[in-house]
Parts: sequence; C-alpha cells; structure tokens
Amino acid sequence: MFYREAGQFKTSYTADMSVFPILQDRVGLAIILIVAVAIIPFFGSGFLLQAVMTPFLVFALATIGLNLLTGYTGLLSLGTGAFMGVGAYACYKLTTYFPDVNLIVWIIVSGFFSAAVGVLFGLPSLRIKGFYLAVATLAAQFFLSWCFIRQPWFYNYNVSGAIEVPTRTLFGIPITGATSSDATRYFIVLGFVIAMTWLASNLVHGRIGRMWMAVRDMDLAAELIGIRLLRTKLLAFAISSFYCGVAGALMVFMWYGSAEPSVFDVNLSFYILFMVIIGGLGSLTGSFFGAALIYILPILLRYVPAEFGMPIQSSTVEHIQYMVIGALIVFFLIVEPAGLARLWQVGKQKLRVWPFPY
Amino acid sequence: MDLLYKVFLDPFVQMGTAPDLLVQTLWDGLVAGVLYSLIALGFVLIFKASGVFNFAQGIMVVFAALTLVGLHEKGVPAYLALAITLAVMFGLAVGVERLMLRPLVNQPDIILFMATFGLTYFLIGFGELVFGGNPKVMIASELGLPKGAVDINFAGGFVSLQKIDIAAAIIASLMVAALAVFFQKTRIGRALRAVADSHKAALSVGISLNQIWVIVWFAAGVVALATGIMWGARSEVSFALQIIALKALPVLILGGFTSIPGAIVGGLIIGIGEKVGEFYWGPLLGSGIETWLAYVIALVFLLFRPQGLFGEKIIERI
Repeated sequence: MFYREAGQFKTSYTADMSVFPILQDRVGLAIILIVAVAIIPFFGSGFLLQAVMTPFLVFALATIGLNLLTGYTGLLSLGTGAFMGVGAYACYKLTTYFPDVNLIVWIIVSGFFSAAVGVLFGLPSLRIKGFYLAVATLAAQFFLSWCFIRQPWFYNYNVSGAIEVPTRTLFGIPITGATSSDATRYFIVLGFVIAMTWLASNLVHGRIGRMWMAVRDMDLAAELIGIRLLRTKLLAFAISSFYCGVAGALMVFMWYGSAEPSVFDVNLSFYILFMVIIGGLGSLTGSFFGAALIYILPILLRYVPAEFGMPIQSSTVEHIQYMVIGALIVFFLIVEPAGLARLWQVGKQKLRVWPFPY
Repeated sequence: MDLLYKVFLDPFVQMGTAPDLLVQTLWDGLVAGVLYSLIALGFVLIFKASGVFNFAQGIMVVFAALTLVGLHEKGVPAYLALAITLAVMFGLAVGVERLMLRPLVNQPDIILFMATFGLTYFLIGFGELVFGGNPKVMIASELGLPKGAVDINFAGGFVSLQKIDIAAAIIASLMVAALAVFFQKTRIGRALRAVADSHKAALSVGISLNQIWVIVWFAAGVVALATGIMWGARSEVSFALQIIALKALPVLILGGFTSIPGAIVGGLIIGIGEKVGEFYWGPLLGSGIETWLAYVIALVFLLFRPQGLFGEKIIERI
C-alpha cells in the first residue's frame, strides 16, 4: 500500500547502502523526531514527561549500551547496573568537586570513567566465554554495589548514604534539582539519546561494528581473518560502558533527583538485559522497542484496571503485574525469539508486498 | 608495612591464637557451602539435561518452601503438606516443559536463559498472590528436624554446632548420593546422561526428550524443596531467599556447569572462603565483603581454568 518502494531508484552505491534506503522510513523517522522534539515537550503533561518519556529514553540509552556489548559483540554482561552506577557516582563526585564546570561536560566525562571501569572488568572476557563471562561481570556488579554502599567517599560522607543532585544551570536555566522544569530535563535526555543513537548507528554500520559482529559470530574465525580479539572486545566493553555510564548519570540527574545505592543493584542489570533481549539482540530499533515494552507496559497495567472501574487492591495489581510480565516475556520469546525488532521487520515486509503474501 | 602486616600476617596470627574461632568459622562456611551446593546442584541437573541455564532455581526454592508452609498454615498436616508440595513441584515441571521448553526447543541458550527469567517473574507474582509476601516460619519441628545446638569443647574454647546444620549436611550428602546412584545405575539415569551428551543422538535411539525434561525439572524441584526447608529452618521463608540463587552462580562457575561433584566442591570452597574471608580480612575493607568475595574467588579460578574446576574441556573448532 503506502509502504512500497516502487519507483525509488538508487543511482549510487552510497544511496544503496544508506541506513534508511526507503523514503517512507526516512519520513517516519522525521515524524518521530518532530513528535519527540516539538510536540511531546509542549503538549505533554508533567506526568508524561517526567514519569514516562524521560525514564523511557534513559532506559533506551542503557539498552543500546548493553546491546552493543551483548547483541553486537556477543559478550553477555550482567554488570550494566553497576556501570550505570559508576556513571552516576562519577558525575556526582565531579560536579560537587568542580561545581562551576557545565554539568553536560561532566555527564560526558562520567561516561569515560564508566568506560575505564568497564575495560577493567572486561579483561577476563578474552579467556572466559558465554555464561561464565556473565558470572564474571556479576563480580563487577557486586563489587561496585558494595563500594557504593560501604565506601563513604563515593557519596561524600552523607549521613543518608544517598546521593543528592545539586541544582546546576545551563545558560542560566536550572537543569537539575527541584527548580528545573520537566521539559528542560526531557530535552537534555532527548538530546543525549538522539546524539548517541546516531553515533551508535554509525559505529555498528562501520568497520568497528563489523569487527564486533565477526567476533560475535565466531571469535576464533574472526581472529584468523586478522581481527585483534582483545582490542575489539575491550573496545566493545568501553563503548558499552560509556553508554551505560551516561545513561546512569542521566538517570540520577534528570529523573530520580537523588539515588540510594540500591538503585544500581543487580536487578537493574537484569532489567536492562530484559529490554535488550525482548527488543532484539543486535538491533538499535529493537532497543527502543524493548525499553518501551518493559518500562511502559507495567505503567499501563497499573492504570488499565482502574480505568475499567475494577476494584483491585494495589498489592494484588503488583503481583498480577509480575505474573503478566513473566508470562509476556515467555510469550514473546516463543512468538519471536529474535525480538520485537524482528516482528517489526516482518510487519514491514508484509506491508511492502501487500496484498500478496510474498 | 603496617598494611602488609594486616593483610598477610595478622589474620594467621589470629587463627593460631584462637583455633576455636577458626573452627567455628570453618563450620559456618561449611554449612553455608552445603546450602550453596544444593542450589548449584539444581542448576547443574537442569543444565546437564537440557542445556538451560535455569535462573528460576532460586525462586523455585522459595516457591517450594512457601507452598509447604502455606499449606501447613491452612491446616494440612506437615507430612501430607510435604507430599502435596512434591505434587505441586511435579505439576510445575510438567507445566514448564509443556508451555515453555517445548515451544522453545532448539533456540539459542540466551533465549532459554531469558525464558527462565520470565518464569522467575511469574513465580514471584504467583507466590505472592497465593501465599502473601510476608516472611513465614519454616515448620522445622513438625517435619521432625532437630533443634538447638551442640557445644563442643575445643582447644580451650567452645565450638557451637546447630543441630539443624548437622541435619542439613547429612541430608545434603544423602541426596547427592541418591542422585549419583540414580544417574549411574538406573535406566532413566542413563537416558539423562545420554541427553546431556547429545540431544540428537539421544532422540535417535528413542529417548523421549520431553519425558526427560519433566524428570530433570522435577528432580530440580525436589532439590529446591530440600534447600528451601533447610534454608528456611535457619532463617525464615521469604522472597529475599531467591537472592541465594545469585550466590550459587560463582559456585557453578567454580565447579563447572556440567559437573555434580563440581557443584559440591565448588559450594564448599565458596562457602568456606567467603566466611573465612569475611571474618579475618573483612574488617580491613569495611565489612560486608561477603557479597562479592565469592565472585572474585570464582573469577580467579576461572582465569586459570576457563571451564571451571570439573567442567568438560572446551574444544573450539572452526
């Protein structure tokens, strides 16, 4: 029907190899960007901005980070939560030591701190593979969580043991703390997500991405064709942790406002892993789908029964929510183990040849 | 110098001067290790037979214990409740096989791993819905488990052994022995080992994969129930218990995913290493190093043996 590429001719190799070769895809992307930039922040309610969109974008960013590692390079990591924590705590320490430097700079720098930690814990990945590596990254998770709880230096010897986000401004507008508006924080997160998604897209479509995928498909063969395993794997760990670190810093500074160390526990790692796998391993679009499904679905589940006037106790809702999420995870895995991204592909293919089956 | 002394000398001096404390710590570690081994055993059973890394083992422990206690609270006699719980675990095994494993057959490991996550969430929700989220007290005395402690005079001090811990150690050893016999001597055990070696070859000689899966998941359920009773009797039955599943992971990688003796030895090494480390070296770093010490121990072992202590040698081909 409307999604059909007949008549769109490619006259150069560059055009043929572009990321979005079909005009409709480019239009769709433009519409999504316009809605995200120009419509949601001005017409969306505070609830939508603060409790739905900002967290969704933060999770999407972390999911992209983990997807680069697990989906593209094939290294299973369960330390995402801790790497996000490193980003958040680094950003907090930096901005309390040097309050005059722009916070945006520190958010990016904290990503580099996280990357360094990621490389350190990625070192065993050369020798250890598969689930063994997952457990090795769990060592990072538990060690770093322990640091955040037991080493008071990380939270500036606060009595509460939590980190409080101070108010920081950008061009005179408060961007963090109680005085900042929901829309400002949404814009900052959105800016980061757009820039870093674009970067990730370029990475995975380029030489580095191909090296990662070669390592994922078979690392021994990749080594034989001249890919240096250690470098490639560590690069994946570094970039993945960089994304997670930035996401962690954004999570605390733009969404929570303050954070207990327990925020960055192992459950967060699992949560992000859900998003990666449900969304689709090795797909950037899938990262957004996964984050949307896993994060927004529970919100809907909470409000749908109330809309229909069903009197259910909140605790019961929570239990049923757990059951539904669990069942849905299994359901989606059975329907399409390659994730929502594959469903999306299949749907597009069907549209393309409609009304014929193939 | 001072730091070096504290790290390398002081703990051993302490061990030498107070051997009773050392023995007590070792015993605590041993008991914790036995329980870790039990959980790891559940993992290994399922991993060997179906290649599924069953993350839900931890919640199965909680679920089994909760069912047992919940039934008893409703007025069912203890032993009948035990029997019903076993039936429930069997039902769970059949359900998992039918609804989860069968449609997902031949998928990559990570997908199956993920599916057990789904199972975990489902069981958490289901368990809380049916039995409530409050911690419960394990019906240890009703099941005929001993209570109290034995004090032994040792090297001028006392070593206190909880009777329930002794019982746990004995039951765990019996269970491992029974499983070993089951695996080595029975028809089903041989079929299980065949499936573990190669799914396709096992299928081709007429072994029903579906049946085997039900059996291993049920066996893992029984192990989970035993673990739940033992662990529940030491503290209480609550959903916090599922965290111990994460404790079993370093045990697993230490022992190798496919080895039952590995699970036992790994459990003991981790349990003892963790307790001794916490007691003698913990105060240096600020306490609580138990949470990650196990992983670091496992990581160090892994760097030298990437397949775990008893795991099958990894052979890579192109």
